[in-house]
Amino acid sequence: MTSLPAQEPTRKLGLVIDLDVCVGCHACVISCKEWNTGGYGAALSDQDPYGADVSGTFLNRVHTFEVIPEGGEIVGEAGEARIVHFPKSCLHCEDAPCVTVCPTGASYKRTEDGIVLVDEDMCIGCGLCAWACPYGAREMDLAAGVMKKCTLCVDRIYNETIQEIDRVPSCVRTCPANARHYGDLADPQSDVSLMVAARGGIDLMPEQGTRPVNKYLPPRPRKPLAADTGQLLLAENTEGATGFFAWLDGVLERL
Amino acid sequence: MHPALSIIVFTTISGLGYGLAAVLGLGLLDPVALSTKAAHVLALGLIAAGLISSTLHLGNPQRAWRAFSQWRSSWLSREGVMAVLTFLPLAASAYLCVWEGRHVPAIGLSAAVLCMVTVYCTAMIYASLRSVQAWYTPLTPLCYLLFSLAGGFGLASLFAALGEGHVVILAGLAITTMILAWGAKVFWRHRMNTLRPISTPETATGLGFIGKVRLFERPHINDNYLTSEMGFRVARKHAVKLAALSFVLGGGLPVLLLAIALVSTTQPISVIVTFLAMILHVTGMLMERWLFFAEARHAVMNYYSP
Amino acid sequence: MKSKPRVELSRPVSDEVRKTTCYMCACRCGIDVHIKDGKIRYIEGNRDHPVNRGVLCAKGSAGIMQHYAPARLRAPLLRTGPRGSGEFKEISWDEALGIAAGWLAEVRANDPRKLAFFTGRDQSQSLTGFWAQQFGTPNYAAHGGFCSVNMAAAGIMTIGGAFWEFGAPDWDRTKLFIMFGVAEDHDSNPLKMGIAKVKKNGARFVSVNPVRTGYSAVADNWIGIRPGTDGLLILAVVHELLKARKIDVDYLMRYSNAPWLVIDAPGTSEHGLFARDADGKPLVFETVTERVVPKGTAGARPALSGSYTLQDGRKVTPSFELLATKYLDAKYAPDAVASETGVSADTIRGLASEIARTAFDEAIFIDQPWTDMNGERHEGYVGRPVSFHAMRGLSAHSNGFQTARALHMLQVLIGAVDCPGAFRFEPPYPKPVEAHPTPHGRAEHFGSNKPLAGPHLGFPRGPEDLLVDADGKPQRIDKAFSWDAPISAHGLMHMVIANAHAGDPYPIDVLFLYMANMAWNSSMNTAGVIKMLEDKDPATGVYKIPRIIYSDAYASETVAYADLILPDTTYLERHDCISMLDRPISEPDAVQDAIRWPVVEPDRDVRGFQSVMLDLGVRLSLPGFVDHRGKGLYTDYADYIVRHERRPGIGPLAGFRGANGDKTGRGAVNPDQLKRYIENGSFFSAHIPLEAQFFKHANKDYQDFAVRMGFFDTPQPVTFQLYSETLQKFRLSADGLREPFAPETHRQRIRETFDPLPDWYRPFEEAAVERAKFPYHAITQRPAAMYHSWGSMNAWLRQIHTTNPLYVPGPICDEHGLKDGDWVYLISSHGRIKVEIARMEAVNSSTIWTWNAIGKRKGAWSLDTDAPEAKKGFLMNHLINELLPPKGDGMRWSNSDPVTGQAAWYDLRVRIEKAEAAERSEPAFGKIAEPGGRRTHPDELRYGQEWAK
Ligand SMILES: Nc1nc2c(c(=O)[nH]1)N[C@H]1C(S)=C(S)[C@@H](COP(=O)(O)OP(=O)(O)OC[C@H]3O[C@@H](n4cnc5c(=O)[nH]c(N)nc54)[C@H](O)[C@@H]3O)O[C@H]1N2
Ligand SMILES: Nc1nc2c(c(=O)[nH]1)N[C@H]1C(S)=C(S)[C@@H](COP(=O)(O)OP(=O)(O)OC[C@H]3O[C@@H](n4cnc5c(=O)[nH]c(N)nc54)[C@H](O)[C@@H]3O)O[C@H]1N2
Ligand code: SF4
Ligand code: SF4
Ligand code: SF4
Ligand code: SF4
Ligand code: SF4
Ligand SMILES: [Mo]
Repeated sequence: MTSLPAQEPTRKLGLVIDLDVCVGCHACVISCKEWNTGGYGAALSDQDPYGADVSGTFLNRVHTFEVIPEGGEIVGEAGEARIVHFPKSCLHCEDAPCVTVCPTGASYKRTEDGIVLVDEDMCIGCGLCAWACPYGAREMDLAAGVMKKCTLCVDRIYNETIQEIDRVPSCVRTCPANARHYGDLADPQSDVSLMVAARGGIDLMPEQGTRPVNKYLPPRPRKPLAADTGQLLLAENTEGATGFFAWLDGVLERL
Repeated sequence: MHPALSIIVFTTISGLGYGLAAVLGLGLLDPVALSTKAAHVLALGLIAAGLISSTLHLGNPQRAWRAFSQWRSSWLSREGVMAVLTFLPLAASAYLCVWEGRHVPAIGLSAAVLCMVTVYCTAMIYASLRSVQAWYTPLTPLCYLLFSLAGGFGLASLFAALGEGHVVILAGLAITTMILAWGAKVFWRHRMNTLRPISTPETATGLGFIGKVRLFERPHINDNYLTSEMGFRVARKHAVKLAALSFVLGGGLPVLLLAIALVSTTQPISVIVTFLAMILHVTGMLMERWLFFAEARHAVMNYYSP
Repeated sequence: MKSKPRVELSRPVSDEVRKTTCYMCACRCGIDVHIKDGKIRYIEGNRDHPVNRGVLCAKGSAGIMQHYAPARLRAPLLRTGPRGSGEFKEISWDEALGIAAGWLAEVRANDPRKLAFFTGRDQSQSLTGFWAQQFGTPNYAAHGGFCSVNMAAAGIMTIGGAFWEFGAPDWDRTKLFIMFGVAEDHDSNPLKMGIAKVKKNGARFVSVNPVRTGYSAVADNWIGIRPGTDGLLILAVVHELLKARKIDVDYLMRYSNAPWLVIDAPGTSEHGLFARDADGKPLVFETVTERVVPKGTAGARPALSGSYTLQDGRKVTPSFELLATKYLDAKYAPDAVASETGVSADTIRGLASEIARTAFDEAIFIDQPWTDMNGERHEGYVGRPVSFHAMRGLSAHSNGFQTARALHMLQVLIGAVDCPGAFRFEPPYPKPVEAHPTPHGRAEHFGSNKPLAGPHLGFPRGPEDLLVDADGKPQRIDKAFSWDAPISAHGLMHMVIANAHAGDPYPIDVLFLYMANMAWNSSMNTAGVIKMLEDKDPATGVYKIPRIIYSDAYASETVAYADLILPDTTYLERHDCISMLDRPISEPDAVQDAIRWPVVEPDRDVRGFQSVMLDLGVRLSLPGFVDHRGKGLYTDYADYIVRHERRPGIGPLAGFRGANGDKTGRGAVNPDQLKRYIENGSFFSAHIPLEAQFFKHANKDYQDFAVRMGFFDTPQPVTFQLYSETLQKFRLSADGLREPFAPETHRQRIRETFDPLPDWYRPFEEAAVERAKFPYHAITQRPAAMYHSWGSMNAWLRQIHTTNPLYVPGPICDEHGLKDGDWVYLISSHGRIKVEIARMEAVNSSTIWTWNAIGKRKGAWSLDTDAPEAKKGFLMNHLINELLPPKGDGMRWSNSDPVTGQAAWYDLRVRIEKAEAAERSEPAFGKIAEPGGRRTHPDELRYGQEWAK
């Protein structure tokens, strides 16, 4: 049934991604690929894997952006221009257009936790849901002809055959910079919700009216080093070596 | 958006087919005339061909039947359902015309209405996508409907000419709808060319508060499903040329030719001009549909454009 | 309405989990390999593993694609076509080993020097080095010479340990973390985890780097320095700290050689050396009794300045006085260095004050009494929470050794070495230079059919330890430990092929390489090196380098240039040992080592290289590999790992020793050792007691612990060497004051670069070429998701870096009218490449760069010949020469650090010219055939489809 759940899901499971520490290492990208290619649904295929047009299905991709403040001076310590690494996977939107456009009922949003999934046995591979998603979070697998998307590792997070502590998404577990967090964003007391509150977590493209569950923590504001000049000048400070050695003797006396 | 041939062909000829069917439903053609019987067959043919080509781009066509299930939420599903519903009265009136040479207004009119509803559903598949701002307007279904009618009346005039029917009325209606259709389309394009993108790289990344955002490195160097499906770009001036051409072929010339049909008194001439008009119209429409996709920018490209 | 349960939520991941150690790079994280139906289902980080605590990088997760890559070699290969053609025939192991042993036995009998055995990303150097020593050739080294020996040598000679993976910031306690020139480093995951911690704790993270990608992208402050000028920046900070009196005098007095008295006798052979007592102990001036006493005299409070006279009338000064006088000079003031470094004076002052404030105003105290080497009891540990890390951004320059020394001096001045919150040593470090061997390889050290007299590599204490003959000529093929590079502690692998080809200092018969892509990305002047490998002696028609044996696991470029290939397994198919005798995985708080074991059996006719070395050892009946009857001592590497002993009770692995596996460090052989490791997740970890965890260089409990562990047989405390007597000895030789004298040709250079106090000079290439003609710097960076050349055969990783653009700073683009996608010529004094560019703003305005080792040779790595890696991808290496431009006297120095011989990759100077658009980058090379015949390439991969539900 591709109408969205009648009443809001009681839990809203999703990811919180910290752009302040993501170093763009792509670990989450590959970990996602290897977990899912042998897991939920059809394998994530790669076309022309050893040739010129190599390309494959990924449920999570890391973009790298350069951000240049208007009129910002470009080089120098303050480093006006900066690089921000930007991982992107399904945001498990509350008003998920990808779900409502699906003609077959393959696309659905789970009432119990809000995870948006594709039932591949029902998917005709029309691609309309990928069109409907403003975020590019859905990719047709060219080999299977069905739509693939982030499952929030639904086959991990509830998996009783693995340790409790490992029941988190593969990308979250692997992130070396701890830039990916997973939890229930419906619960204001959950770690992720608190993080979002504290850091002013944001929605991507709010204007698209999708109400994403996943949130992004913006880079923290930064204070140039040059602003700290001067502290040193307060110290006793005479030019040249002589004054220094006099001071040194003094210190040695006191030791 | 990637202009997939199957979809261009589908929207164009099914629109044409439903238009013709609708006109036939109005009973403006003489049901006993051989040409009218042929028109019925052609209408069904065009619709069928359109629907078949629409399944060509499916990854798993064998499951296409599932697409009827979600009419509550999905315009694509509604279109499928409507197509089937519409088929019943269409088949009926076709049968009545072909075998019994009669036109039953009740059936015909309901068929006509259903045809337009189906075309509306098709249009709404695109018009409902906020992620493609150019499509996201009531002007989209308006254009689709008017183009469908214009094509229908155009074809009908041709068959009228063949069957020595009321060419004048039909050609007149064809000219009017065609002018209206292209009028609407001009608005549509104007809107597209002047709209302020609601989504930008800044809103897409939430980094606007720092400054101007540009893609530095793609996530993966080669093209992927997203960039090839939604990353299609046409050069601006190229697009403008094509648009003009489609306008002339699909609207300007057909209107002139139909005008000739309007005044001409000799049947062969009306046949030839209406025929030519429709050939040009369809060619123009194919271009219009190509541009409809090719020029539309998808929000996801905010993550990919340098 | 509840959505119907459509998903199987609790599907078992695999049939079995096998825990081993990753080797997609040298970080050596613990991995859980999930096996399903005999295939690898999933690789994830081992949560219990001390290195990665469960996380995994992109490379590690892509292990599946590495393991099943079509590029894997399948059987031993014998060259049939000309070198570089890639034409081979597959042969049996018996034949292959027979041929190898034949070649090697001949060399060993006639002239062991004629074997040059060099290993690249070698993690078994304690075996390969031992093998080479038993073989008897003086020509052995691993890849450190072109890697980061500046870092290692400067660290060990200054503080007794290096950054690299031999120490780490105290991530939990540090409040200011400053990183110089790091893109990835060996500690890939620990660094990322650490940086995350630093930011979580609200500590400040400063990155000094011309390019603002990766770690620098998340730094709180990015200092976009001009390449090669870090030394100046650091010394300017030192200047500020001295001026502001922000130094830890007590720490200096106790733990450094600041008080040691330096002889002031210009023109004599002992000028600038330390004054020592009869038994060689350095002297200090005791300020209370005003007497000169040996260092470490109990209760002594030594002077740090002043000028004194010894009984024998010699004038002496504490080395610290020389230090302070030098750096207080105005030429090191921030304003004086701003233009050269491209860093504003205010930024430098800001950096200095942040360091001072954090070190002294935010000092931490850990309430844990401890005892120092003089038996003095301390209430607790005083922490200066300023930590540093640095890597090739400093070391890959011809002034890298001195720059790294400067950084270590800075650490010591603020008392921030191995204290809470600062950089901390990882066992077996710290280790004073005295505890390292001196190099062996002089004529008297080797001979026909006998082992080398001692280890190849080590630290010369002065010119007397150089490996040169009577008239100062180099003895090693790479000219290591010669006047060219006196302290080349890791050898000069990047010079081997060039020297062997030139027959300078002598020709060789067999070049034996392991795990180094020398015909491609690990060589400077790649095109030239390829020619050298293909070059034949016109007279005899024999290759200038007659025989090349190579062990690789994949169809790399270098395979095509070898005559005999000994195919290795993948890292999941063999035993390996990450040993305390080599490069262990210890942490500041724990002694750690690890193993690999075959978690999947090879499906090809390949063998682990270490077992092959043992086999060759037996065939050559090398001592240590055969018993007195010539019978092999070890069945294979696994057996060697368990049963080999370096010193009684000390073997490759420190854990689970002793008959019943309860001994650590020292202990009898335990036949079940590997089993115990595997049960423990393939690693071993022993915690250092808290009273021994800090100030290891001077902590009695730690030193005793180290002896118990078997790192040393007696305590080896370290006194930080701010002033380097060794360097001064070389200067005296250069001044013709102290035997042995340096050759005339080398004197000026040694005078200019061997300052006993950390110093800065312009990188050689920049000084040599016309700055106006080559106005820009060109450097490379490690991509996080690629390991050098070996990720391109990996179907998943190659999608991330299918090719590499040349990143050009916006200002340079504007000046030359360049935009994204344009093609340019990048031209150095040595050569030119034609490549595609991309614009970048977040980079030093004079620095052009690209990702390292993405470009591939057509036909290599089992990629299609039109693969973007081979078409558009490129190497910066073509622009870098192993020799510097000729000097006035026509003499050409190697493009290396004058002290250590470290390859100066990042000294490169270039200019840029717009070029016409193109399809492929230049230079382009001919195609090489796939060794052993074309593999089957799926045109579509659906890995794991059989498990799809
Ligand atoms: N321009 C430029 N050049 C550089 C650098 C730079 O920064 N810029 N960096 C330099 C540095 S620091 C280094 S360390 C070198 C590294 O360069 P290399 O030492 O050449 O390292 P790799 O490219 O990893 O090549 C190692 C070889 O080992 C093979 N190999 C992989 N796994 C195995 C295995 O399990 N067994 C065996 N037997 N072989 C295996 C690979 O196929 C490859 O052919 O590059 C140097 N070159
Ligand atoms: N993913 C991955 N990890 C690796 C490797 C790999 O190939 N891939 N290689 C491994 C090997 S062999 C090694 S040696 C290590 C090397 O580890 P790194 O030293 O991190 O490797 P590089 O890429 O050489 O990084 C050099 C950095 O210094 C910067 N730099 C260049 N010149 C200067 C300068 O003059 N001053 C300053 N401050 N910065 C400068 C460059 O921009 C770059 O960011 O990485 C190891 N880890
Ligand atoms: S693994 Fe973490 S740090 Fe690496 S790219 Fe993904 S989110 Fe960023
Ligand atoms: S991100 Fe895209 S795919 Fe995911 S729920 Fe939102 S709209 Fe659907
Ligand atoms: S591709 Fe599949 S999931 Fe997406 S809309 Fe079509 S049927 Fe639904
Ligand atoms: S949650 Fe699972 S499926 Fe989604 S991106 Fe992370 S790893 Fe991939
Ligand atoms: S850093 Fe990555 S590649 Fe290196 S050992 Fe760890 S997981 Fe493997
Ligand atoms: Mo290296």
